[in-house]
Amino acid sequence: MYKLRKIRFSYLIWETFCMNASALAPMETMDPELRGMVERCLQEWEGREGNLIMILHEIQNRHGFVPREASLFLAEAMGIPMARIYEVLTFYHYFKLIAPGKHNLTVCNGTACYLKGSGRLLTELERRLSIKDGETTEDRMFHMESVRCIGCCGMAPAMVVDQKTFGKVAVTDVAGMIERIRLQEESDA
Amino acid sequence: MPESVPVKAFQELLDAVPQVLFEQWIRIGMDTGGIAAGADRLWDVFEKECAVTGVEAVLQRTGTCGYAYLDPLVELKSSGHAPVLYGCVDEPLAVRIVREHLLGGRLIDDFVVAPRRRSKDLGEADNIVLVKDSSCEGEDRTATAQSLLLKALRHHGLQDRVQVVRALDMGIYKEGLVVQLLPSGVTYTNVLNRDLERIVEQSIRDRAIVEDLLFNEPDPQTRIVLRNCGSIDPECLDDALRHGAYAGFARALGQGSPGQTIDCIRESGLRGRGGAGFPTGTKWKLTRDVEADLRYVICNADEGDPGAFMDRSILEGDPHSVLEGLMTAAYAIGAGKGYFYIRAEYPLAVKRVELAIAAARKRGLLGKNILGSGWDFEVEVRLGAGAFVCGEETALIASIEGKRGSPHPRPPYPSVKGLWGKPTCINNVETLASVPWILTNGAKAYESLGSGNSRGTKVFAVTGKVRNPQLVEVPMGTTVSDIIYKVCGGVQDDVPIKGVQTGGPSGGILPEKHLETPITYENLQKLGSIMGSGGMLVMDENDCMVDVSAFYLKFCVDESCGKCAPCRVGGYQMLQLLLKISRGRGSEDDLVQIDRICEAMQSASLCGLGQTAPNPVLSSLRFFRDEYSAYIEGGTSYARKRKKALSEGKSMKEAV
Ligand SMILES: Cc1cc2nc3c(=O)[nH]c(=O)nc-3n(C[C@H](O)[C@H](O)[C@H](O)COP(=O)(O)O)c2cc1C
Ligand code: SF4
Ligand code: FES
Repeated sequence: MYKLRKIRFSYLIWETFCMNASALAPMETMDPELRGMVERCLQEWEGREGNLIMILHEIQNRHGFVPREASLFLAEAMGIPMARIYEVLTFYHYFKLIAPGKHNLTVCNGTACYLKGSGRLLTELERRLSIKDGETTEDRMFHMESVRCIGCCGMAPAMVVDQKTFGKVAVTDVAGMIERIRLQEESDA
Repeated sequence: MPESVPVKAFQELLDAVPQVLFEQWIRIGMDTGGIAAGADRLWDVFEKECAVTGVEAVLQRTGTCGYAYLDPLVELKSSGHAPVLYGCVDEPLAVRIVREHLLGGRLIDDFVVAPRRRSKDLGEADNIVLVKDSSCEGEDRTATAQSLLLKALRHHGLQDRVQVVRALDMGIYKEGLVVQLLPSGVTYTNVLNRDLERIVEQSIRDRAIVEDLLFNEPDPQTRIVLRNCGSIDPECLDDALRHGAYAGFARALGQGSPGQTIDCIRESGLRGRGGAGFPTGTKWKLTRDVEADLRYVICNADEGDPGAFMDRSILEGDPHSVLEGLMTAAYAIGAGKGYFYIRAEYPLAVKRVELAIAAARKRGLLGKNILGSGWDFEVEVRLGAGAFVCGEETALIASIEGKRGSPHPRPPYPSVKGLWGKPTCINNVETLASVPWILTNGAKAYESLGSGNSRGTKVFAVTGKVRNPQLVEVPMGTTVSDIIYKVCGGVQDDVPIKGVQTGGPSGGILPEKHLETPITYENLQKLGSIMGSGGMLVMDENDCMVDVSAFYLKFCVDESCGKCAPCRVGGYQMLQLLLKISRGRGSEDDLVQIDRICEAMQSASLCGLGQTAPNPVLSSLRFFRDEYSAYIEGGTSYARKRKKALSEGKSMKEAV
């Protein structure tokens, strides 16, 4: 009983963080594909000490983010309180709780890039997409975020657009990047 | 003396490694930086071109040799020439390299990177002359010099034996026209047009040195940690073994005396490269001396300093040396299990370490009864998840245990009570990568480098407003100005330098007048900075110290775990004050307040993050107080103008 209450309670906190959370989905209605994936991750790391973070990494790797159902399922399967999973997920910046946008625009804000004007790239992106650092556009098309050094300081300031790295980015390049993705999307549609 | 079992087993293992000698090879620098610059596409181009033209050359993948500003890098050996390094290679150039260099035997102008080896002996017949104008002002004399050299060669009938090639980078700056003869490496600087004839006549025809032009200064760099980066395939154990990997470890294992191994490391004077600089041998001994049934070793590869990439480059370029270091540490302290704690943001490093572990296990270098010695050891990779504080030892341990990365008060130190309550030794990537070199070359050789209590070499990631951002490995005691001016070519666009930040968010700023300071742990500390993991950020006159301090402080505030109030509250309040000042709304009282908060954070924070977070602010206040005062006195109109100047990358004078 205590455990159940604890799960419910942590879920309440959880709700406030996950803007798109719907009602608490019963385990049976969990997407079978997602469930199978989580089970495989669990199996892979079964019995190893301190495996929670690695399991969450696996889930995010394969799914792009850690959905709420997956955490609920993990809590039950591993016999640990949901609060513990939630505590870990929210502590580490790397874990995403909601689906990322279709196209990800990442600006490096490490020291080298900062000194060479990555702040201006961020402002330009925020202005053009009308979202803030770490947010996703309403149509879920674009997600932007700033990260620490991506390892190309030699080409600062650097940006990653859908896994492709661009170096020595000028503020005037930003509009073109967004426009190209938009055009691509339109021609695909 | 009979050989011990592990040494013999290792020799057998070595004997089984196929010895290959390729006549022609192409090495592509495929680290994260190189790949971002397009190195993976080059691979396909080279493969295709070699097939089309029928050129026989072996393609090899390597890590970076450190010249980040020249990515992507390709080194190649063709029959008839010494290895040549090309920088800034794109796809059309790759095609030309195969057709003109490999097939035609003719080096390509404007892309060759000169080796840093500078010799005083002409040795064997030189057949390449590299030429480059290293002064940055005035007209570029490279092309004129090239045609003059050609003319002189023709005059002596040497034009068929020797080629003259315009270089991309010589590693020598502000020394006028530079001419280098290859393969010998004899280098002439401040060459005038009329000297060119002499060089051809004396050095190329008669094989004699032109004494008055000879550049005698050796390169300030010494490569110990980066010894194999850029020359071995990080995903191939055979290649590592051919370059001497695991030999030192096998010998240590063969000695059968962990105490001797610890003594060797202690004698070498190696100190931790992760930040605090604790003597590594002593740390090993402390961990060994604690009674326990189980001990752990951890490699700290959670490189948190934003803008530093030494650890990543080492892991991507030579993972076996780090693994060998970790195995040696484990053997010395008697650990049965080791962990690599690597940032999840470094997928390529993770992949290469995992491959290295799997390959080592397959050959019996890991697992049960290693090399027949009866000693068992296992290694596992654990991923960080984007929390800077997890670089701190106790937080790192909590993270491996699968919990939030909150630091714990020390003592007990991890060497007494660490991972799962067992004695644990945590070492940085660079520290561990130095260990194999010490084992094979001896403690004395390592100890002979350096200055004062800082021995050996240190790798720095030099970035910011520097002409050539790159990885630099220099002996301790080298001055900051040597690194910036002699290795990295000075400041970008020749704007006067204002200062150099070392140690990342936990470090401080060295102003221009202190750049002649030899780098040692103690010297940096005296100046209010730290060695840190090795980030070195160059700032020029146009950069604003208040802004940079706020940037670092904001980083620490974002990354604070929130466990203790001095760091959580103090950091936030101080940031507000700094931002207030940078908006031109600050007062002298705010500076006093900042000082008080700094003191409280330094003395009362629980872990290193909070204790060192004030460092950038304190050191900028110490050396650049006038900039704070300018904001305070100038008010909002000054702040607006300053912001405008910054966003346009101009100096205050130009912008106003
Ligand atoms: C906030 C904080 C962050 C740290 N980050 C790192 C890091 O990214 N990499 C690292 O090797 N050491 C880091 N350290 C230092 C480690 O706690 C530890 O001293 C080091 O790994 C010990 O290894 P060494 O003796 O080889 O230097 C950090 C320390 C603190 C307080
Ligand atoms: S000093 Fe900061 S990071 Fe360290 S324990 Fe305290 S709050 Fe956490
Ligand atoms: S700081 Fe941006 S890539 Fe390193």
